[in-house]
Amino acid sequence: MALGRRSTLRRILTVDLPMLAILAFTLGPYLWMFLTSISDESTLFTEGPSIWNATIENYTRLFATVGFADNLLDSLIVASGTVAVGLSLSVTAAYAFSRFNFRGKRILMLQFLLINMFPLVLLILPLFVLMRVLGLLDTHLALIIANSTVAIPFSIWMMVSYMNGIPRSLDEAAMTDGCTRMQALRRVVLPLCLPGIIATGIYIFITSWNEYLYALTLGGRNVRTITVAVQTLIGEYEVQWGLLTAGGIVGALPATVLFLAVQKRLISGLTQGAVKG
Amino acid sequence: MTDATMTHAHSQEAPPRRALARQVLPYAMLSPAVLVTLAIVFFPMVQTAWMSLHDYVLFRPNVFEWVGLKNFRTALQDEVFWISLWHTVIWMCTTIPAQLLLGLVTALLLNQSFPWRPLARALIIIPWALPSVVIALMWVWIYDSNYGVANEFLLRLGLIQKAIPWLANPDTALASIILTLTWQGFPFFAVMILAGLQSIPRSYYEAASIDGASTWRQFWHITLPGISGVMVTAVLLRTIWVANSFDVIFVMTGGGPGYATYTLPLFAFVKARTNLDFGYGSAIAVLFTLLLMLVVVVYLKRTGKAVS
Repeated sequence: MALGRRSTLRRILTVDLPMLAILAFTLGPYLWMFLTSISDESTLFTEGPSIWNATIENYTRLFATVGFADNLLDSLIVASGTVAVGLSLSVTAAYAFSRFNFRGKRILMLQFLLINMFPLVLLILPLFVLMRVLGLLDTHLALIIANSTVAIPFSIWMMVSYMNGIPRSLDEAAMTDGCTRMQALRRVVLPLCLPGIIATGIYIFITSWNEYLYALTLGGRNVRTITVAVQTLIGEYEVQWGLLTAGGIVGALPATVLFLAVQKRLISGLTQGAVKG
Repeated sequence: MTDATMTHAHSQEAPPRRALARQVLPYAMLSPAVLVTLAIVFFPMVQTAWMSLHDYVLFRPNVFEWVGLKNFRTALQDEVFWISLWHTVIWMCTTIPAQLLLGLVTALLLNQSFPWRPLARALIIIPWALPSVVIALMWVWIYDSNYGVANEFLLRLGLIQKAIPWLANPDTALASIILTLTWQGFPFFAVMILAGLQSIPRSYYEAASIDGASTWRQFWHITLPGISGVMVTAVLLRTIWVANSFDVIFVMTGGGPGYATYTLPLFAFVKARTNLDFGYGSAIAVLFTLLLMLVVVVYLKRTGKAVS
């Protein structure tokens, strides 16, 4: 009994408390931002952020005067478009990598890995020139294309690992029963790796939603995503921290919620490289 | 019985057509993805290399003059290039070890059993999911020289005598940004290492403690070898990722004050964006990429030996 109590105390000292400290460091800035965003602008600088006179005034101002709704819509279009492009192009490619042996397979696989390793700054300049020539600057399409440079290789890698987790014997059984390859892919493999596809899609959505440099360079007056809008706020409302932090919270919220929803599956896909079938 | 006849019939009528289809099918399935990446990744990359060999300033769109390696020579004689390179080295050599260490500690803690472990594991990852602009915004607010909570906190603890303008002071700006980037990236290490820890069989530890090995020796001889593979991969991915992520710096300080927080990718981006000098910007981007590739190759060579 006494022993049990002592080891609990020991656990609290060596595990719970350090963990709490790390969590405080992790979440502190975020909570501080939230607290500032619900503080009254007039008392913010005299008394500091506080929870006692909480107000949503900053949020209403954000949507009424700054026009954040349009920016949210732009971000939504770009992120959804990138998910659609990224997933549709990579499903068949991932299946080919997962199920066939062919000449050049290793090189091609490696190529998709290497793409992710090149610095973004190497791509952003030529993409700007390219979009200017094509007249695509300041359109959703330009941003979707730019985000796809990351999304396609990433989702191919994720999906190959999910598909490798599905036994080959399943599609062979389907083909013995008279399915063609494509039918086996559509009716057997895809439904089985649907959870993985959804997780990959959500990850692409989050990264495109959070993307800033392409949005800044290739966007403009018509297409201004939420990240660019937040950054513009910093310039325009320099000292109005209540409004600024409200913008930050709104900008971060969709990604945070989505991420918490799928983090378990996503992390297992990212870290193990394969999901058990 | 029916099964047998079916497969038999198949293999009799199909061989040539099926063999051909088998050979072509994978390429057909791959071609959309490959063609698109060729168009939007490889073609632009080649174009960067091409632009770096030209005099190309965007406000004189008709001038696209071949200058050979002139842009590279200018870069190597440019003081700002060397300042940026030095900052890049400091930035990478402090951010990544700090992230690794903090991530390792976090992962070891998360691998213990305590009642609220699932909650802690879900919350720890939040910084990783936040947009870099929002991260920059909240840390600018924290570092604010008049009302920032960092000053308030340190003043109350008596660690500093008067408020410090963290981001406006050239001596503290880079360190402040490194702290922010560490905060942003360590959860990634924690999650990766935790997965590695969980793949180590419990029986190893049981056997070791029966043999009387201390906790420290268990860590040194079982835990570390068990997660070394994961750590090597995580460091590699982070190096590339951190090298890429100049967006936080760009929003927080824009490289300032002066050149105090310039890094190479930021330098290339600013050159192209504000000076519209795409030739020179491309040259810096190419130089940076080559340096990064060199680091990655050396790293893979050394760790490849160490791990195996």
